Amino acid sequence: MQSFTPVLLEAAGIPDGQTIASYKSRGGYAPLERLLAEKQPVDVVEMVKASGLRGRGGAGFSTGLKWTFLPKDHPGPIYLCINADESEPGTFNNRILMEDDPHQVIEGIILSAFATRASTAYIYLRFEYPRSWHRLQAAIDEAYAAGYLGNNIRGSGFSLDIYLHRGAAAYICGEETGLIESLEGKRAWPRIKPPFPAIEGLFRKPTVVNNIETMACVAQIARRGVDWFRSIGVPADPNNPRDPGSYGPKLYCLSGHVERPGCYEMPLGITARQLIDECGGGVWKGRKAKAVIPGGISMGLMTESELDTPLDFAGPGKVGCLGLGTAAVVVIDETVSIVDFLHNSCRFFAHESCGQCTPCREGTSWSLRMLERIKAGKGRLRDLDLLAEIGNTMGMMPGSTICGLADGAAWPIKNAIKKFRGEFEDYIKRTNPHGWMVTDPVPALQIVGSH
Amino acid sequence: MIAPADNAPARILTDEMIAQIEALAPHYPNRRALTLPALHIVNAELRHVPLQAVAEIAAVLGLAPAEVQDTLTFYQFFHQDRPHGKVRAFVCRSISCALRGGDHLLEQLCHKNGIDPYGTTPDGELTIEPAECLGACDFAPCILANDDLLKNMTPETAEAELKKPRARAT
Ligand SMILES: Cc1cc2nc3c(=O)[nH]c(=O)nc-3n(C[C@H](O)[C@H](O)[C@H](O)COP(=O)(O)O)c2cc1C
Ligand code: SF4
Ligand code: FES
Repeated sequence: MQSFTPVLLEAAGIPDGQTIASYKSRGGYAPLERLLAEKQPVDVVEMVKASGLRGRGGAGFSTGLKWTFLPKDHPGPIYLCINADESEPGTFNNRILMEDDPHQVIEGIILSAFATRASTAYIYLRFEYPRSWHRLQAAIDEAYAAGYLGNNIRGSGFSLDIYLHRGAAAYICGEETGLIESLEGKRAWPRIKPPFPAIEGLFRKPTVVNNIETMACVAQIARRGVDWFRSIGVPADPNNPRDPGSYGPKLYCLSGHVERPGCYEMPLGITARQLIDECGGGVWKGRKAKAVIPGGISMGLMTESELDTPLDFAGPGKVGCLGLGTAAVVVIDETVSIVDFLHNSCRFFAHESCGQCTPCREGTSWSLRMLERIKAGKGRLRDLDLLAEIGNTMGMMPGSTICGLADGAAWPIKNAIKKFRGEFEDYIKRTNPHGWMVTDPVPALQIVGSH
Repeated sequence: MIAPADNAPARILTDEMIAQIEALAPHYPNRRALTLPALHIVNAELRHVPLQAVAEIAAVLGLAPAEVQDTLTFYQFFHQDRPHGKVRAFVCRSISCALRGGDHLLEQLCHKNGIDPYGTTPDGELTIEPAECLGACDFAPCILANDDLLKNMTPETAEAELKKPRARAT
C-alpha cells in the first residue's frame, strides 16, 4: 500500500484545528481570495469538472457536471443545499469533517456557491450531531467576522449567507428531494423526478444538493490543483466509455468487527482487505471476516473471498454489490449469524421507508416480518424464495419507486440470500425441524412501522 | 376585540420562544420553512410539543394547525402526550453497534430502569429510545444522551452515565 498523507483530515489531532486561525495557517481561504479576485464562476465549474470529482454522498455523480444542469442566466435565487444528514448505517465521515475542520467545509461551500451563483446556502444537518452544529455555527460566525461570508465578500461583488437547518431523525431526509421537502417545513416525502432539483428544487427554484465531503474536496482542489487531485485514485477505464474514473482521496469509515474502527483517508481504490488489515489492524480477536459491507448497509455484502475488491466507484459493482455508496466499510466476523444481520438491515429499512411507494412500504415491512418469523424459529424454506423475490424486484426497475431507498433496502436482501443461502437453509431447518418444509400461508407477526 | 374567557387555556409559547422563531425568519423566503426550527425551539424548552403548542406555532407561522401536525407526526421525534425525560437517551441499534452489543445494551438499560423502549422512568428523569445509526460507529456501541455522545458503552458504564445530570439538549 502506498503511504498517504491525509489532506481532508489534515486537521485531525491538531489542537484548535477547528478555528479559523488554524485553518488559515494551513493555507486555507487563500485559494478563495485568489479565485474570487481573478476568476469567474464558470472557471470554478470548469476546474471542478476537470478534476473528475464525483459526489461523495453515495451516488458518485460528477460534481462539475451537476452544476452545469442549472439554467443559464437564471435571475435567481439559486439555492445550494449541503447534505449533512449522514444517516446511512456505518457512515460518519461528514461528522468528522464538520467537527475537526469546519472551515475546510465552509470554504468549499463558498467556492461552490460562487460557481453555481447561489447567494444562500443551507446546511441540512441531522439532529444527532449537536457537536457538529456548535462547531459549524462557531466557524460560520468566524467566517462572517473575517469577511468571507455576507455581502460583497472581499470586494468581489459576490454575496453569500450560510444557514444551518437541523433535521429530526429521519434517514429519508438524506435523499435530496426528501431533504428539500423537509427544509420547506413538510414531511420528507421525496419528489418524483423530473423535474430535477437543478431545474426546480428548494422553494421551486434551481437548486444544487451536495455532500459535506464533496465540499471539502472542492476546497482542496482549489488549494492544491486539478493535477494533484487527478494524481490520486483510479483513472478512467479506457475500455469502458461509461467509467469516468475515481479520482482523489476518500474518507473510508471502518467499523464493526475490526481492531481499530475509525475514519481513514486513503486514495480511492484501496481494497477492502488493505483497509481492514492495514488501517483497521485486522478483524478483531484474530477472527475471520464472514461478510463485509462495502459502503453503507444499502450497498449489500461482500464475502471474505471478495475482499480484494478495490473500493473505487466501479469496484463493489463487480462483485454484485450496489456500489461504493458512502465508502462505509462494516466488518462482520464469522461468529455472526447471517439471519441476525439481515434482520437488522430489514428493521432499519422498514423503519425508515417513508411509505409513499407501495413496493417499498410493503416490501420493507414484509421482509422484516419474515425475518422476525425466521429468527423466532418459525421459518420455512419457501420464505427464502419470497425474500429473494423482494430483493430482486423492490426498487430495481428505475422509476418504479420514487427514490433510491427501496433499491438500497433490496440489495442486502438480494446479496444475503444469494451469497449465504446455505446458511439460511441450515438455520431454518435447525430451528424449525417440523415446519421448515410447510408451504401453506402463515399469519405474520405484528410489527410496528414508522414514518 | 373579545376578551379571552376566564377558562381559556394559558398560552404555551412564551415570548422568548416566539422571539427565537422570529429571529430565524430572515433565513427563509417563506414562513412554512420555519416549521422544523419552531418545533425544535419549543421541544428544547418543554421536552414535548403538545397539540396546543402545535396550534400556536401554526398561528405564529400563518399555517393551518394540520400542516404543522402533519410535519410533526412524520418525524416521530417530538413527543406529544407528555414530556420525555430530563435525559433523553438514544441507544443505537443499527448494524455497527449491533455487532458490538447494541441490542443487548438497549435491553439491559430498559430492564434496569424498569421501562420499555421509548418509555420514561416514573420520576421523569430518563427516557430510553432505540435509535438508528447515530453516525458514531467508530465508538460502537454508543448512546446520544441529550447533547453528549457516550462512547463504547457497556450496560454498566451506560447505567452510571445516564444517572449523571446533564445540560438539556440544545
Ligand atoms: C435514501 C437515500 C438517502 C440518502 N442519504 C444521503 C445522506 O445522508 N447524505 C448525502 O450526502 N447523500 C445522501 N443521499 C444521496 C443524495 O440524494 C444526493 O445524491 C447527494 O446528497 C448528492 O451529493 P453529492 O453529489 O455531493 O454526492 C441519499 C440518497 C438516498 C436515496
Ligand atoms: S422508495 Fe421508499 S423511501 Fe423512497 S419515496 Fe418511495 S416509499 Fe419513500
Ligand atoms: S451503527 Fe451505531 S452509530 Fe452507526
